[in-house]
Amino acid sequence: MDKTTMTARQFLVRKERVGRIFIFKDDRWKKSLKKGATHAILPLLLLVGWQLTGMLGTVSKTVLPTPLDIVQAFYHLAVSGELTTHLKISVFRAAAGFLLGAGLGIVAGIAVGFSTKTEGVLDPTLQMLRTIPHLAVAPLFILWFGFGEASKILLIAKGAFFPIYVNTFLGIRGVDAKLFDVARILHFSQWKKIKLLILPSALPNILLGIRLSLGAAWLALVVAELMGSTEGIGYMMMDARQFSNTDIVFVGIIIFAAVGKLTDSFVRLLEKRLLRWQDTYKGSI
Amino acid sequence: MGVQIHIRDKSFRKGQTTVHALQDIHLEIADGEFVTVIGPSGCGKSTLLKIIAGLDADYNGIVEMNGVPIQGPGTNQGFIFQEHRLFPWLTVEENIAANLSLRDREIRKKVDELIDIVRLKGFEKAYPKELSGGMSQRVSIARALLREPKILLLDEPFSALDAFTRKHLQDVLLEVWRNKRITMILVTHDLDEAVYLGSRVVIMKAKPGRISRIIPIHLPFPRQRAHPSFQEMRQNVLKEFETIEAPPLMEGLGI
Ligand SMILES: Nc1ncnc2c1ncn2[C@@H]1O[C@H](COP(=O)(O)OP(=O)(O)OP(=O)(O)O)[C@@H](O)[C@H]1O
Ligand SMILES: [Mg+2]
Repeated sequence: MDKTTMTARQFLVRKERVGRIFIFKDDRWKKSLKKGATHAILPLLLLVGWQLTGMLGTVSKTVLPTPLDIVQAFYHLAVSGELTTHLKISVFRAAAGFLLGAGLGIVAGIAVGFSTKTEGVLDPTLQMLRTIPHLAVAPLFILWFGFGEASKILLIAKGAFFPIYVNTFLGIRGVDAKLFDVARILHFSQWKKIKLLILPSALPNILLGIRLSLGAAWLALVVAELMGSTEGIGYMMMDARQFSNTDIVFVGIIIFAAVGKLTDSFVRLLEKRLLRWQDTYKGSI
Repeated sequence: MGVQIHIRDKSFRKGQTTVHALQDIHLEIADGEFVTVIGPSGCGKSTLLKIIAGLDADYNGIVEMNGVPIQGPGTNQGFIFQEHRLFPWLTVEENIAANLSLRDREIRKKVDELIDIVRLKGFEKAYPKELSGGMSQRVSIARALLREPKILLLDEPFSALDAFTRKHLQDVLLEVWRNKRITMILVTHDLDEAVYLGSRVVIMKAKPGRISRIIPIHLPFPRQRAHPSFQEMRQNVLKEFETIEAPPLMEGLGI
């Protein structure tokens, strides 16, 4: 008999049985708590060690403020409203730059992915531009577009463009040729071919591209704000450094990390929902 | 719908070497006939099916359907591949409908009927990764049948399945053939399958790929595998098969 064939009823019965055990022991809840605890062990230990070192007075506070100092600095910045102002403008720049860069990146990736002709025209140039570092073009951008928002947003867009461009391109070229035969047999229109075959197949790559682009946008933001601006989290850090308020520099770092992680988690959630159909190795234990 | 196949030559060129995949294939298939094709690996069976499907137009000769030359894949031909080739991101019912809309009442009804026929009730919303090999192949059969093809081309559709599932799907196929009178052309490696399903068995040989013999199977349906007359037919096919299988094998082994 075919062991892998399971009738719908067997399937349900099995599911129910497994489900009941779960409810009975309340295992799921415990499991997620346990997982959270595992994640937290190392950071907590580091934090405690850090605080103790600071309190012993072996390291100067301008070099390494203690976690409590940082929390205090965070509190003051939050209450005075300074933090929100800076965060708002930073998020606006990152979002605008990301949307511009990632939007163009997807369009270019699709165009180049679909046609070898477009690939020949566009790809070599784009690959060349891709390797130019932000710091090298930043002065040019400022020269051309001034110290205003335009130069910053364009720099961020440049950062966000390439990861998604490369991944969209790869995704489209990675579509299984055998499924193209199926599309021909079933008489797919051009539009259905894109909607039912090419885009879903490229979606894992496109989502990865989005994740990488978000990270790149965030990195470019720091460069843009450190280069010269009068507001934003990057500016706040530069300003604090000049006055040796190292705790504020740390607040900035933590905010960058937190917002970065938050956006990344959001895309991962999106991946989980959109890629339910994927049958891939999820890692063991 | 009948098929008239006259292929003088079909070859693949790779650099200096030319592989003659098919040579002088002349075969007339009547409307509603069930033809099975059997032959050693590499004798051009898949190539032949692809030509009939309209997936490959680069050959010397003419293939017609009811006297009209085949130009590209048409709605008349359905194709079932050896692997199921389902879209992993679509559910069972979405895979069956594919480019047709499930919101269309007519389509919805037909899809539900087909799911019933291939016995997949309860799995409409499952993704291919949740299906066994046999279930997946049943989905691809339903997908082909939804288009109501006049000719169904099957390239070793059951070869990856266990004997139990294979027998079941063979019977499903016979049922469909008898109810809808679709012309069937099925390629197989399995002698029993060729005799069990075919009203004619086409035996091919390799290098170059051509027809060795065509053996009509005059047995009523449903056929009994254990029946002496079935075994006799099977022996006939086997005898012919052995005359062609042996030489290339020896040659290949350098014996
Ligand atoms: N796309 C191709 N390019 C080059 N040669 C090909 C191509 N497709 C098939 N061939 C050659 O044509 C011959 C027939 O191939 P085909 O796939 O039709 O064989 P087959 O009878 O279906 O074999 P099997 O039973 O193993 O599936 C083989 O020698 C193969 O190498
Ligand atoms: Mg083959």
